[in-house]
Amino acid sequence: MYSQYKLQDETGLLRETASQTAGPFVHIGLALEIAGFESRSDEIWQDLAKENAEGEHIELVGSVYDGNGDLVHDALIEIWQADSHGNYVADFDNKKPFSGFGRSACAMDGDFYFKTIKPGQVDFDGKSMAPHINIAIFARGINLHLQTRAYFDDEEAANENCPILNRVPSPVRRKTLIAVKESNNEKPRYRFDIRLQGDDETVFFDF
Amino acid sequence: MSQNYPYFVARDRAWQPAQYTPGYKTSVSRSPRQALVSIQNASPSERSGPVFHNLDMGQHDNDLLMNFRTEGSQAGLPIGERIVVHGRVIDQFGKPVPHTLVEMWQANAGGRYRHKKDSYLAPLDPNFGGVGRCMTDAEGRYRFRTVRPGPYPWPNGINTWRPAHIHVSVMGPSISTRLITQMYFEGDPLVPLCPIVQVLKDPEAVETMIARLDMAMSKPMDYLAYRFDVVVRGALQTYFEE
Ligand SMILES: [Fe+3]
Repeated sequence: MYSQYKLQDETGLLRETASQTAGPFVHIGLALEIAGFESRSDEIWQDLAKENAEGEHIELVGSVYDGNGDLVHDALIEIWQADSHGNYVADFDNKKPFSGFGRSACAMDGDFYFKTIKPGQVDFDGKSMAPHINIAIFARGINLHLQTRAYFDDEEAANENCPILNRVPSPVRRKTLIAVKESNNEKPRYRFDIRLQGDDETVFFDF
Repeated sequence: MSQNYPYFVARDRAWQPAQYTPGYKTSVSRSPRQALVSIQNASPSERSGPVFHNLDMGQHDNDLLMNFRTEGSQAGLPIGERIVVHGRVIDQFGKPVPHTLVEMWQANAGGRYRHKKDSYLAPLDPNFGGVGRCMTDAEGRYRFRTVRPGPYPWPNGINTWRPAHIHVSVMGPSISTRLITQMYFEGDPLVPLCPIVQVLKDPEAVETMIARLDMAMSKPMDYLAYRFDVVVRGALQTYFEE
């Protein structure tokens, strides 16, 4: 009987299933609210932190721009981050004060939006990575999702010593990974705009 | 806190589609031009990921024949060929990926999505939403019951059509294994014509997205089954770090 996973490379490893664009209607599957669906019993969405979550409560917003400078209205954004102590907590649970994973989609005004807490520093290789949020971008026209990180502009010292940030060869391009504090009304709001292409193209990672 | 995360086999970016694929026109302005920055010896940020065993699933979340049925005069089942799509999520070493989230979405039998931005003239089906999700079992198996989606036209070239397809999203054990693909149907003559399929250079890469008719799992007088296995990046090893 046929099995697709007979496909192997020269080392005998199975081939990873090929990626395809999430397309313009990704919301039906992964952002039901945007597609106009009623929520199911439990959804993965943009509020990662409840009132009683430990740590500094923040908002992360941003837009996605294409190479022409136009807003990408159909992008889906996923984030994955450590808690305020710098630990990744795998269990996603909407009943708990904080979960490290969330999804948002660019709405009519172009912004994605997350309510979360500022992550702590995560240890790596005997060093400490500056607080950051891991981001994946899916959209029509993107064949394989793009991966980046949002750092914080008020963590200058930590950013300067971050082993991953320092792997970006160009100091100018490193700046594309820094979210900028916008306002400080109720809670700090950081803006992280993503440029898919062009002069200020965001740094994307392979890992 | 000690954390125990595997490393993963590097993603083969020559096998996966390039970002800039002018045959698929939208990719032209949405593809980065700078080189990706490699994170070799990935950090815990890349090697960890969410698990969803506490996500509260509804009874019909993986049954698209049932999860959007209307009440009243139009009550009934969706129009279209009843099918079951099933398979396993495994890694590149053939190891099952248990208890991982598989999500899917699709057009109805006429090729129309229940989405406000879809203006194709095929009608909506009052009994069909087009969204499903489930968790793989201990052996990495998943299963959806649905109708076979219709092909639909889209503005790319003149007269371009999407082959019948189901969008499939898999998390896997880490954000490194995250993958969204599209599942196509064996024998569909539209598959090789599609500019989105053609973003893949290797015909064998296209084969990884083709579901096979599975008569053994079909139910007489009820539904046909299609088998679709998803391979995510292999977990290399685990070791302790401080
Ligand atoms: Fe589609």
